[in-house]
Amino acid sequence: MSAGEVVASFVVPVHPHTVLAPDQNPGWRRLRDAFDGAAQTIRDLEADLIIVYSTTWPSIIGHQIQSDPNPEWVMVDHDFHDLGSIHYSFNIDAEFAHAWDDANRNRGLQSRCVNYKGFPIDVGSVVALTLLNPDNTIPAVIVSSNMYANRSETTVLAKSCLDVIKAQGRRAVAVTAMSLSNRMFTDFIEPNDDKIHSLKDDEWNRKILEFLEQGRLEDVGQLSRTIHQQIRVQKVVAFKPMWWLSAMNGNRNDLTGSVLAYEAIHGAGGAVVHLDPTPSGAGDKEYDEDDVEFFHGERGVLDTVDETDEGQHDEVEPLVEHGSGPELWEPTDAEGSVNTNAAPKPVGAYPHARRVGNMLFLSGVGPRQPGTNAIPGGPIHDEEGNPLAYDIKAQTHAVVDNIKRIVEEAGATMDQIVDVTTFLVDMKRDFQGYNEVWAETLGKGGPTRTTLAIDALPTPIAVEMKVIVHMPE
Amino acid sequence: MAKGKIVAGCIAPHPPHLVYAENPPQNEPVAEGGWEQLRWGYERLRASLADVDYDAIVLLSPHWQTYVGTHFLGLDHFEGLSVDPIFPNLFRYHYNMNVDVELAKAIHDEAAAAGLPVKMMENPDFRVDYGTITTGHLFNPDWDKPLVVISSNRSTAYYSVEVMQEIMIELGRVTRKAIEASGKKVVVLASNSLSHRHFTTESEVPEDMSKEHITSHAMHLWDMRIIDYMRTGQAQRILDEMPEFTEQAIAESDGGGLSWLLSTLDVPNYPAILHGYGTIIGTGNAVVEWPCHAHEVSEA
Repeated sequence: MSAGEVVASFVVPVHPHTVLAPDQNPGWRRLRDAFDGAAQTIRDLEADLIIVYSTTWPSIIGHQIQSDPNPEWVMVDHDFHDLGSIHYSFNIDAEFAHAWDDANRNRGLQSRCVNYKGFPIDVGSVVALTLLNPDNTIPAVIVSSNMYANRSETTVLAKSCLDVIKAQGRRAVAVTAMSLSNRMFTDFIEPNDDKIHSLKDDEWNRKILEFLEQGRLEDVGQLSRTIHQQIRVQKVVAFKPMWWLSAMNGNRNDLTGSVLAYEAIHGAGGAVVHLDPTPSGAGDKEYDEDDVEFFHGERGVLDTVDETDEGQHDEVEPLVEHGSGPELWEPTDAEGSVNTNAAPKPVGAYPHARRVGNMLFLSGVGPRQPGTNAIPGGPIHDEEGNPLAYDIKAQTHAVVDNIKRIVEEAGATMDQIVDVTTFLVDMKRDFQGYNEVWAETLGKGGPTRTTLAIDALPTPIAVEMKVIVHMPE
Repeated sequence: MAKGKIVAGCIAPHPPHLVYAENPPQNEPVAEGGWEQLRWGYERLRASLADVDYDAIVLLSPHWQTYVGTHFLGLDHFEGLSVDPIFPNLFRYHYNMNVDVELAKAIHDEAAAAGLPVKMMENPDFRVDYGTITTGHLFNPDWDKPLVVISSNRSTAYYSVEVMQEIMIELGRVTRKAIEASGKKVVVLASNSLSHRHFTTESEVPEDMSKEHITSHAMHLWDMRIIDYMRTGQAQRILDEMPEFTEQAIAESDGGGLSWLLSTLDVPNYPAILHGYGTIIGTGNAVVEWPCHAHEVSEA
């Protein structure tokens, strides 16, 4: 299996003209020809996955990922219904969709798959997949654009996608279905009268394309808010796809860019742009914001824990009652302590880890998720103690993810872990699944290991690990 | 031919949660209840109009969003499956509805004569938006009255609330004029919420009412202020404060439905009836009726 990578990225326009009426306007024809060229490039690259981030699929509850293996319907545009109908039947990679959904939640995002007959796939996704993958030979996945998502949330969404691409060894193509300037004419026009809505919109579009042609994708991402204010109709459709696309490419400014076409579609700026990951040698970058691995944003508004109070607890005392489980505490902060908001709150007065010399000792780490306290794979029993079905592999993966966050917070790396003690509450049931995940993750670094069966853990989890790290001077 | 008239005007919000919670046979998901205050509000609205005779329903939906002019459903009949793209877990509704194309075309023509960009939607594959379906179901579950469905022109997003309101007040004026010329008795519905800031998480059981409340105190204050104007016959003040309300409450009035409704009703100065208020994933929603039939001016 290959390492998994994004082999190409494309920016494509969303309106249906390129599918339904390319010959009514020479510019629409040039966009269509560029689409066809992009489709050929994707075939030549032997890509095995097309990922579409669509600005015309807004969501409210986190991000949604299409997981119907074969969605079929007829799409009619709300504005341009007189152009005709697009019958679609797509080949969706449901396995990837579910893996991405899991990866999202592991990184603190609200996420869900949707698999419902008749689900209305949005115009941007329909246009992109119809033209970039005309014979459906390459499996695809579609993700929504959350209307409230900020940069950190959108960046983490890309990183979780990359987690799965790497884990599955995929040759992926990342596509943003979007307009540049999205101001259309508000009256009906003849096709031959089409042009960019205003000179200002045109100038901004050309500056964006100049950056992209130079491979400066991260610069465009950092300018997103300004671009949105200048040339975008407000509210749902923001310029956030560039955040996602930049993160999908490692926030780089040295891609090899090529603008295949730039034309007006009813006044909006439509462009087909190819971004090749081959370094162009040009363009350094300036981070204007912290990079982020885990989303801690405004999620959890329905949860019991008031995260706005974080950091204001000077006393060593429990934060809240967590349902019927143990109290949650702020980690203690004695000399050498290592604590992070990216790990779950302790259930007692102790730190996440403590460094002594070049040794790092972690407190027992379970699978609970920071912020939400949710247990990936499900709790092992309900509040009354009745046993529940749970997924030991998902729990073990979550434990490893939490360990990684603490280890990296300390400035160490996973391959510096030298000893692990694992506690399982049901050795007979869970050892095999736990052992498989171990082999895929911690086992690769070669630490010593001891696995013990115990009666219970403080929260309804099946696995916990105690880790020791040796950090070179 | 007798002069047509508007017998009632209503704010009839469209969150799919209300249909989901009711468990009608047309909707696939099954719920254990929820949002009773609003659903019972709709029941009171229906009871209030049970003895009022009317021929058609004219509805403006913010989920048929058009950027190029205002559009009208232009075929006699639509049926199919409506799946909410945002809450597909709650709303997968098999709809079957009739359109009063004659009245739709009349409003379209009046609007065109007034200089508004308009278009009839005549593509038989068109899927009717879930806002229309939800409000249509909650207002008239029997679906035994034809509808006129008007799209929401997104002029707030393009320009400003002020520009949107100019357009919607004109659209309301020509809607009223076309209804009067048609000789028909009509109910007009604005399908929109008031404050519109959502929660971005959903509880494991969506109908868990222990999780439901307004997103912030500021949203509550705005909702109550606007409702109080409705209850006390001060529609003009709603129009006057629309820019501040829409911006500060992130209100769904940005879609123009409320401005259009008040204009269609000729900016009523008599009290509206509040049938119900409640929140849905944090947004503020009111079921409100202006009983025009009770405030008719005799032409004798």
